[in-house]
Amino acid sequence: MFLIHCPYCGEREQSEFKAGGEAHIVRPKQPTELSDDQWAEYLFMRKNIKGVQFERWVHAHGCRKWFNIVRDTSNDEIKAIYKMGEKPPTKYK
Amino acid sequence: MTNNLRVKSSKFIDETYKISFKFNNKTYYGYKGDTLASALLANNIHLVGRSFKYHRPRGIMTAGSEEPNAIVQLHKNTSRTEPNVRATEIEIYEGLEASSQNCWPSVNFDVGGINNFLSPVLPAGFYYKTFMWPASFWEKYEYFIRKSAGLGKSPTEPDPDIYEHKYIHCDVLVIGAGISGIIAAKTSAKNGFKTLLVDEKPHLGGSTIYQNLEHFKINNQISSSWLDKEINEIKKIDNLEIKIRTSVAAFHGYNFLLARENLTDHLPLHQRNEKVRHRLLKIRAKKVISATGSLERPLVFDNNDRPGIMLSSAIEKYSNLFGVACGQKNVLFTNNDSAYETAISLFQKGINVRAIIDNREEVDSKLVKEIEKNNIKIYKGYTVVNTFGYKKINKISIMQLSKDGQKVVGSKISIDCDCLGMSGGWTPAVHLFTQSGGKLKFRDEDQVFIPDTYPSDQISIGSCNGEFTLDEILSRISKKLKDFLNIKKTEYENLEIQSNFNKTKRNIWLLPSDKIIGKTKPFVDYQNDATAKDIKLALREGFRSIEHVKRYTTTGMGTDQGKLGNMHALGIISETAGSKMGELGTTTFRPPYTPLTFGAIVGRNVGEYFDVYRKTPIHDWHVENKAKFENVGQWKRAWFYPKENEGMHEAVQRESKAARDSAGILDASTLGKIDIQGTDASEFLNRVYTNAWSKLAIGKCRYGLMLNEDGMVYDDGVTTRLDENHYIMTTTTGGAATVLGKLEDYLQTEWPELDVYLTSVTDHYATISVCGPNSKKIISKVIPNLDLSDEKFPHMSFKNTKIDKVKCRVMRISFTGEQSYEINVQANYGKSVWDKCMQAGKEFNITPYGTETMHLLRAEKGFIIVGQDTDATMTPIDLQMDWIVSKKKYDFIGKRSLYRSDTIREDRKQLIGLVTENPKEVLEEGAQIIADANKSPVEMLGHITSSYYSPNLEKSIALGVVKGGKNMMGQKLIIPMENKQIYVTVTDPVFLDKENKRLNA
Repeated sequence: MFLIHCPYCGEREQSEFKAGGEAHIVRPKQPTELSDDQWAEYLFMRKNIKGVQFERWVHAHGCRKWFNIVRDTSNDEIKAIYKMGEKPPTKYK
Repeated sequence: MTNNLRVKSSKFIDETYKISFKFNNKTYYGYKGDTLASALLANNIHLVGRSFKYHRPRGIMTAGSEEPNAIVQLHKNTSRTEPNVRATEIEIYEGLEASSQNCWPSVNFDVGGINNFLSPVLPAGFYYKTFMWPASFWEKYEYFIRKSAGLGKSPTEPDPDIYEHKYIHCDVLVIGAGISGIIAAKTSAKNGFKTLLVDEKPHLGGSTIYQNLEHFKINNQISSSWLDKEINEIKKIDNLEIKIRTSVAAFHGYNFLLARENLTDHLPLHQRNEKVRHRLLKIRAKKVISATGSLERPLVFDNNDRPGIMLSSAIEKYSNLFGVACGQKNVLFTNNDSAYETAISLFQKGINVRAIIDNREEVDSKLVKEIEKNNIKIYKGYTVVNTFGYKKINKISIMQLSKDGQKVVGSKISIDCDCLGMSGGWTPAVHLFTQSGGKLKFRDEDQVFIPDTYPSDQISIGSCNGEFTLDEILSRISKKLKDFLNIKKTEYENLEIQSNFNKTKRNIWLLPSDKIIGKTKPFVDYQNDATAKDIKLALREGFRSIEHVKRYTTTGMGTDQGKLGNMHALGIISETAGSKMGELGTTTFRPPYTPLTFGAIVGRNVGEYFDVYRKTPIHDWHVENKAKFENVGQWKRAWFYPKENEGMHEAVQRESKAARDSAGILDASTLGKIDIQGTDASEFLNRVYTNAWSKLAIGKCRYGLMLNEDGMVYDDGVTTRLDENHYIMTTTTGGAATVLGKLEDYLQTEWPELDVYLTSVTDHYATISVCGPNSKKIISKVIPNLDLSDEKFPHMSFKNTKIDKVKCRVMRISFTGEQSYEINVQANYGKSVWDKCMQAGKEFNITPYGTETMHLLRAEKGFIIVGQDTDATMTPIDLQMDWIVSKKKYDFIGKRSLYRSDTIREDRKQLIGLVTENPKEVLEEGAQIIADANKSPVEMLGHITSSYYSPNLEKSIALGVVKGGKNMMGQKLIIPMENKQIYVTVTDPVFLDKENKRLNA
């Protein structure tokens, strides 16, 4: 079970959090102008990386705030945590 | 034989405290400090059970948690009986009753023993190969296979014991209290770290504590005496907590560990009352030091499984720690120096050692010399080729090994013996380390896997790290601890160590025999009866991966998880397939290291505490009025209220009729309620619901449908505009939490610019819904000063008002199609308002109804229930609810998906109504819907989602989803049941009051 440093509350057990899938997928501003393929790309296509992955998490049983985690899925090491709207750390890209 | 084989007193055994116990219904005696295994051995009993597949007689092999064979059923009592308890771990207590497993009628005469003679036709994969064909016979085979599968019997009554969980946070956790663990714990605690030391055994000190030889000394003291003093010192350290009988079951990432603390299993039953039996410790440690030791390897040769064949180190432990001789004619068989250590211990206690058979040709360590000095015959360069004796070993035959170790040469020599100790070297216990995500490396010189890279802040020390000798351990431990704990010095920097152990070893995974392998039984996994022959067969049949060989042969899949034999399996695969062991890798070590009881896993969460549940403020009234409850999410909801002699059907029919004829009352407090405030609240609702919200006037209510981004219906409910920038949203009972979560997600991550605040207020309000033609009269009695006229208080509007002095919100909304009023009041007034409504409704025969009636009433009106009539593949269009999808709004969640090529298909499953040819016939929910029973294969068009007998329409009604159903009005379809076909007609899903006249009646 991970220990996750919520940027608002501090370090808490994983059981307080929920994972919310891949981060930095922006909802298209004008969905009506997209083709089926483009919309499907947004709707269904997600990466499943063995290695460094950018993820959304929410402190569901805490402050209910969403934030981002950079996690190495091969060993579960959390490399960075940053708030929604903040720029992802470039060194893991 | 009743000889007592107790040889010499041991300080771990209290000979003044005699304990009687039963094994297979016979009474025996042992002493306090004995395990069941040591007490049985003292009574000269080796035969404990039968093996799983061949039912071969098996005895005690080890003296620890790695035991594969000596597993017993404890107690006969139906609630406390426990299978697969290792005799080597359970401490005896007055009244203990144990019996052999996997044998019938008895361990001495077991009918299943016939399998041993059938073994040539029971190879690896026997079941897979044999029972495949013909397929229709499987049910018959299964009955017999099930009967012979499984070990031991489960209890049939509820567990009477208490279990609990405990969280522990510490700076340093030390696993294993052998010499390395004791040194580590003391160093850590003395340097100010809050330290926890755990060990699975009832005593501290590991194997060093019973090591009495002059050959192993620390600072000129015999190693056990030196360690004894250390142990006495650590017991006095304040910030060091020591837990014995505590086995670490799992080592997860981020240094999170589970351990089982065994508190009462060693006590007589009458002393266990009211005490916690097992405590599951959930440990979060900043740093972990693994000092889990190592397990001695057996040797793999023909018939290496007979009772009386044991690990050499186990024989030493039984003699030194329990004062028990395992045999009177002992022979040791080894490929390294360990057996000599055992031999010296034995003859020092006056226990006869006949001979030592050593695979090595040249051996000259001090231990070997001492054996030679005492005139014990050593056969150097020899191997055991066979053993004899059915229920106990009585003879072995040995032969010389060829130079390359692949063959045996010369003539056979027979040696009589009643106990054979084997030592194939040592395997580091890296199970927990690998569970944590640690990677192993293979050390070629002594053929062991040792820790390589650590995934968290942890180290492995001592023999679990491949440091097997006293001088190796003690010369390295100080520096390791200094580096790991970041401290300047330890007390163990300049120890004077004497260790006469020579590390040379001659490793042969499968020892050669004079017979061809097909004629031998060299066991690799003793519990599951997997032999070297089976592994070779698996390789011949094309299995290569260790994980596949494991599953095919069942090697390592018993309750002992192959602690003894897994390395040999790997070795044999590597030799046979010509691959390197380091490249083969190991099978995955999964938690738990030793089995956990279900009790320990659930802790106190049993009975009514198994899962949390939520009650409405009116719950007690429902209980008093004999409601039956249904679980909805975590809520307990009143399902129906049977009167005397009424079943569910009768109660629901009565409740449904009353609600339409006069008045019904429903506790709707469980509906999710979300308070929405902020200047952008209207815009926010526009984006999350399919319909338009900006023009909703203050004081008005509107039904809304929420979609997922994929266009599928997600939730529904009525939202009321309380004020300019203030709404209250209701959600389904089960969807409340996820809806709030989803809305928060969009607000925080997609639309942070919106000024909107969401608060869950589900628990803050009680909601009472009064419906029916007389509802207006009832409400006017409860709230006399509220103008209920249709002009002032029309359908789909709301009023702030008061009942006496209590503020409340009244919504005129309807889920039944009847005129109805929903009173929302602060939760703690819920019960009194309910009572008032019941009182006021008495003259109108107000009838409380539960969820079942609610479902029936709404089905008459064709209102959907999200999750019952929808299943995450239904769009609003599929539900024939096109009216609720705004064409004008530029965007809302899921809008774009409503015209994907897949969602605009005409032949999607669509919601329709169904009536049966025979109005009395009620369809089964979930039943399939077809059009043509003669078509092959029959085309499944859809299924029934809701079905009831309507007392108001006096006929059976149903909702269902059918491919292209929208265009099938009036068409006849078939519901195929097991023994009949039911004919139905497709109708509009609204069965009652299509014009909505009843809302204002």
